[in-house]
Formats: sequence, structure tokens, C-alpha cells
Amino acid sequence: MKPRASDYVHLVRMAGLFAVGITAFLVLRWLMVPADFGELGHYRTGAVPDNMARPIVYAGQAVCVECHADVAELRARGKHVRVACESCHGALAAHASNPDGQKPVRPDPRRTCISCHSANISKPKSFPQVVPEEHAPEGSCAACHAVHNPKIS
Amino acid sequence: MPGVEGFIYPNELELQWSVLIVLYPFITGLVAGAFILASLERVFNVQAVKPTYRLALLTALAFLLVAPLPLQLHLGHPERSLEMYLTPHTQSAMAMFGFVYLWYLMVVLVLEIWLDYRRDIVLKWRASTGFARLLYGAMALWSDNISESALKLDDRLGRALTVIGIPSAFLLHGYVGFIFGSIKANPWWSTPLMPIVFLFSAIVSGIACILLLYFVTCWLRRVPVDMPCVDTIAKYLYYAFLVDFSLEMLDLIHRLYEADESFRALDFMVKTRLFTSQIVLQIILGTLVPLVLLGLSQLVTFREKTRRALYVLAGSLTLMGIFAMRWNVVIGGQLFSKSFLGYTTYKMEFATREGLLPAIVLMILPFVILGVLIRLLPPWGHGEGDRGTHAQG
Ligand code: HEC
Ligand code: HEC
Ligand code: HEC
Ligand code: HEC
Repeated sequence: MKPRASDYVHLVRMAGLFAVGITAFLVLRWLMVPADFGELGHYRTGAVPDNMARPIVYAGQAVCVECHADVAELRARGKHVRVACESCHGALAAHASNPDGQKPVRPDPRRTCISCHSANISKPKSFPQVVPEEHAPEGSCAACHAVHNPKIS
Repeated sequence: MPGVEGFIYPNELELQWSVLIVLYPFITGLVAGAFILASLERVFNVQAVKPTYRLALLTALAFLLVAPLPLQLHLGHPERSLEMYLTPHTQSAMAMFGFVYLWYLMVVLVLEIWLDYRRDIVLKWRASTGFARLLYGAMALWSDNISESALKLDDRLGRALTVIGIPSAFLLHGYVGFIFGSIKANPWWSTPLMPIVFLFSAIVSGIACILLLYFVTCWLRRVPVDMPCVDTIAKYLYYAFLVDFSLEMLDLIHRLYEADESFRALDFMVKTRLFTSQIVLQIILGTLVPLVLLGLSQLVTFREKTRRALYVLAGSLTLMGIFAMRWNVVIGGQLFSKSFLGYTTYKMEFATREGLLPAIVLMILPFVILGVLIRLLPPWGHGEGDRGTHAQG
């Protein structure tokens, strides 16, 4: 039996449905993809100035040293010499540009130390590490170690 | 450090790909396998497996709908995954796969099921009232032409779709293997055999799943099991399994013989941390035992009752074995250190976003969806005929 035109109706409707779906997708894509996407690479060109406009939160230790020369000098005598101020203190750009208005909170002298020194098999053996529960079950590590020059001589 | 042995790098301590990522290839495998079984009947006209044709299609759909969910749960920002469709990166296998998935879901499965069921849908539309009438009317696209010539047209189109569908199903699952096989930093994954091993294990798991589902539905409906049908499916299962097993052995022998720099580490891992899941569950219980059982049923003619029990046992073991295989690939690939000097352990969580609980829910969900689909579109013909209703092409 040869198919008649009416036998195609449901197929045409289904094809129409697909066409509507694909069109909707294309419209959505056109609406949602930013105009400058892909100009420079697989990203939005505007993302570059957007990121550049974000406030800088780290000051960099050269800045800290200008005012806290005493701490820097203390640190220079111990093994923490190459540990940057802000890796323990956190981002302090706001404080560096306004030291009196933005007084920083002191880092916790136990949690901070453990985050680097708790023993872990994947750390190089030469790195000083302790099992905190055994070495100092509780309290501040600063009770015995000077935080900026931790060697107990 | 508990659970760690030897030397590992800090970022290797915690596994990033959890049990959900194990589920994903398992589920897509069931989809591809179920669909390929259905296609056999359609394309090669294997009459014997006809009672499972529609069941297999609906199962594939139910599982395919759930397949992306484990990935979505794994993502911290699931809503961003849609951006993959808007601005796909053509060099990313994962990004391109989004389109393979959509193609397979919409063009292959939904369309094929629709064409196959159109006659039933129209009949239901005519017979129902109220909301059901609206629903079936919408599904029929308000066209109630089920004249012989229209159905014949549907059948021809459906056949063409199946022919496109088989390579699509191969693509769907071959891709999942590709994702793992192409990670060159991981010697446990990186082998060009991976896509094809995944594909055949997918076929095996899909066939086993349909076999079991068929038994369960017969039991629930209190109708006798069609023995020629399950015999044929079991035969396919056996053959597909043989190919799958040979491929996996080929991979293994190749690794043993090549014994490259990763070999000692992997060998140690398989003999210790993966011993239960790889040697016992995957290879012995999940592959060798079902292969022997199925092989035996090919050689010896058992009584029907014995055969049924045998098939159910072999099917269940097979599914467990394939799940173990997915587990060993995904989890196993993250247990050893890239330094080849140490090992970590996978600690599965329970009621967290990527824990055991969501995994269990995700594994139950496809069966709920399947239940609804079966309700809407009963896969069995009218009366006891049980043979598919589409016109013979
Ligand atoms: C412009 C000078 C200046 C710069 C730059 C500066 N500080 Fe300060 N900082 C001060 C002054 C002054 C105080 C004392 C404020 C007070 O006690 O009220 C202070 C206080 C602190 C304190 C708190 C001391 C306490 O008693 O609790 C810390 C910690 C600190 N600074 C860290 C830093 C770090 C880290 C940097 C670099 C990112 C830095 N500062 C940069 C001037 C500066
Ligand atoms: C190893 C981590 C570490 C580094 C590196 C470090 N700090 Fe500190 N700093 C601490 C801790 C912890 C405290 C709080 C001590 C306490 O509460 O007893 C502290 C306290 C301070 C204080 C206030 C009290 C004091 O001892 O003077 C200042 C100021 C300060 N740090 C500045 C600096 C500056 C400037 C640098 C960089 C030159 C720096 N710190 C580097 C951990 C560190
Ligand atoms: C950002 C990581 C970091 C943090 C936080 C940190 N340290 Fe250190 N620490 C180091 C490094 C790096 C060394 C030097 C290791 C080397 O030279 O081998 C070191 C060395 C030491 C040493 C050995 C000193 C010696 O002379 O042998 C001690 C003790 C120590 N730290 C104590 C502390 C204490 C106490 C704290 C908490 C206030 C702390 N550390 C916080 C990184 C850190
Ligand atoms: C009761 C005093 C005391 C306390 C509290 C204490 N330590 Fe120590 N710590 C010592 C002594 C003593 C040494 C050995 C002398 C040295 O090497 O300077 C030492 C050595 C270390 C070393 C070097 C180990 C090595 O192998 O070189 C590290 C790292 C260290 N401590 C970290 C910590 C940390 C982190 C804390 C806080 C959880 C802490 N300590 C608290 C007394 C203390």
C-alpha cells in the first residue's frame, strides 16, 4: 500500500517538535552566551578586566617588612625565613594600606602550625614534622616555640 | 596516616572520583547493553527475543534518564554543567559527549519508543478520559492515524533509527571507556583497549539486566516465562561474555608480558587492596562462574526449572561482576600513587552528597522510572500474545 499524505501528519508534527526544540536551544544560546565569548580563546574577553578590577587582598611581604622590621629580623634568624608573612597571617592588604583602621586578628598559634607541621607520609622526610597529639596534646605551640623563630635552642 | 601505605603525594590521599563515578559507567553500560539487545531483534529479526524488545527499550530509557544524575551530584555546581551545551569545547571529550547523550536520548531512544508505541498510544488515547486522555493525546501529537500504511511508515522509520541507533549505542559506551582509556597519566586506565572492553562489558551487563528483569516481570505478572526467549538471551549473554572475557584477558596478559614501570605497583595493588573486588568478585564469581554456568547450559539440556534457576544465578552474578569491574577501574585507578611507591584507601561516606546513600537511591530510581513507564506504556501486547505489536517489516 502506498502511503498517503495524511500518513505523514504525525511524523511532520514530530519533526516540527524537534525543529522547535532546536530553535529554542539556539535562541537560548544566543541569549545566554556573552557577545565577547571566544574572541581571544575559550572564555569571555570581559573576564580579564573583570578580574583585574577585583581588589587585591594580598600585600606581599616586602610591604609588611617596611613597618614590622623587628618581626622580619626575628624571622630571618630561624628556619621560617622563607615562609611569607601572609601564608600564616592570611591576606592583609587592607591592613597594610590602613594599619590603624584595620587591626588584624592574630593567627591561631596551634591550628596554623599544625596545618604545615602535622606528620604526613607524603611530606619529604627532611621536613620537620610532629604528630601533634603526641608532641603537644593541647594548648598553644607558642608556649614553647617563638612563632617567628621556632627553634628551641 | 591511617589507610596510607608507602609514599603518596598529598593530592592522592583523598579519592576525587567516588562511588557515584562508579555508578555512571555501570548505568550507561546497562543502557547501551539493553538497547543493543533490543536492536538485535529489530535489525536481525530474531523472533525469539521479541517478548523483551519493548521491555529493553523502556529499561534503556529509564536508565538513560538517571545516567547523568551521579555526575550532577558529583559536581559542586551542577547548574554550570549546562554551559557545556552552550559553549562546548570541541577538544574536550566530556563536552562533546553531552551531545552524544542528547542525540542518543532524543533521536534514538525517545523517537524509537514513540514510533514503536504509537499504535498503542492512539488506542489508549481513544479509550481514556480526563487527564489520561490529555496525556496520551499529547504523546500521540494529536494525530490518530494508525492506518496500516501509516504504521508501515513508522516501522520503516523505526528500523532506520535502529540501524543508526546501534552505532550510537556503541558510541555512548565506547566514549565512557575512552574517557578512562585516554588518561595517559594513569597506567591503570590508559589503554586503547579500554573503550572496547567497556563496550562489551556494557553489552554483557545490559543483556543480563534484561534477562533478570524479564524473569521478574513474568513473576510479578504471574505469566509463564517464555523459554525459547530466555534460552536465546542466555545464549547471547554467553557469547558476548566470551568476547568480553577474552578482551579483558588480552589486556591482562598484555600488561603481564609488557611489565612496564607501573607493573609492580599495580600487581601489588591487585593482590592486596583490590583482591576481593577484582580477583574474587569480578574475575572468579562475576566472570568465571557465570561463564561456566552459561557454557554448561549450552552443552547440556537441563530441565526448564533448572535452566531458569541457572539463568537467574548467572545473570545476577554477571551484574555483580560488571559492577565490580566498574568499581575496580574507577576506584582502583585512584588507589595507587603516581610515584608507584604507595597506596591510599577509599573511605566511602554514607549520608553525604557522594556517599553510599545517594548511590543506593540512584540505583533504585531507574526502577521507579521503569515502573512508571511500564504503567504508561505497557510493553506486553494485548492478551497473552506477548509478541510485539509493531508491523512486520
Ligand atoms: C604601614 C605600616 C604597616 C604595614 C605595611 C603593615 N603593618 Fe601590621 N601593623 C602596623 C601597625 C602600626 C600595627 C599596630 C596596630 C595596633 O596595634 O593597633 C600593626 C599590627 C599588626 C598586627 C597585629 C599585632 C597585634 O598586636 O595583634 C599584625 C599581625 C600585623 N600588623 C601584621 C602585618 C602583616 C602580615 C603585614 C604585611 C601584609 C603588615 N602587618 C603590614 C603597621 C603596618
Ligand atoms: C610561621 C607562621 C608565621 C609567619 C611566617 C609570620 N607570622 Fe607573625 N605571627 C604568627 C602567629 C601564630 C602569631 C600569633 C602569636 C600569638 O598569638 O602568640 C603572630 C604574631 C605576629 C604579630 C604580633 C605579635 C608579635 O609577635 O609581634 C606581628 C606584628 C606579626 N606576627 C607580624 C608578622 C610579619 C610582619 C611577618 C613576616 C615578616 C610574620 N608575622 C610572619 C605566625 C607567623
Ligand atoms: C606555611 C607553612 C608553615 C607554618 C604555618 C609553620 N611552619 Fe614551621 N616551618 C615551615 C618551614 C618551611 C620550615 C623550615 C623547614 C626546613 O628548612 O627544612 C619550618 C620549620 C619549623 C621548625 C624547625 C626549626 C628548626 O630550626 O629546626 C619548627 C620547630 C617549626 N617550624 C615550628 C612551627 C610552629 C610552632 C608554627 C606555628 C606558629 C609553625 N612552625 C608554622 C613552615 C611552616
Ligand atoms: C612543651 C613545649 C612544646 C610545645 C607546646 C610544642 N613543642 Fe614543638 N618542640 C619542642 C621541643 C623541646 C622540640 C625539640 C627542640 C627543637 O628541635 O627545637 C620541638 C620540636 C618541634 C619541631 C621540630 C621537629 C623536628 O623533627 O625537627 C616541630 C616541627 C615542632 N616542634 C612543632 C610543634 C607544633 C606544631 C606544636 C604545637 C602543636 C609544638 N611544637 C608545641 C617543644 C614543644
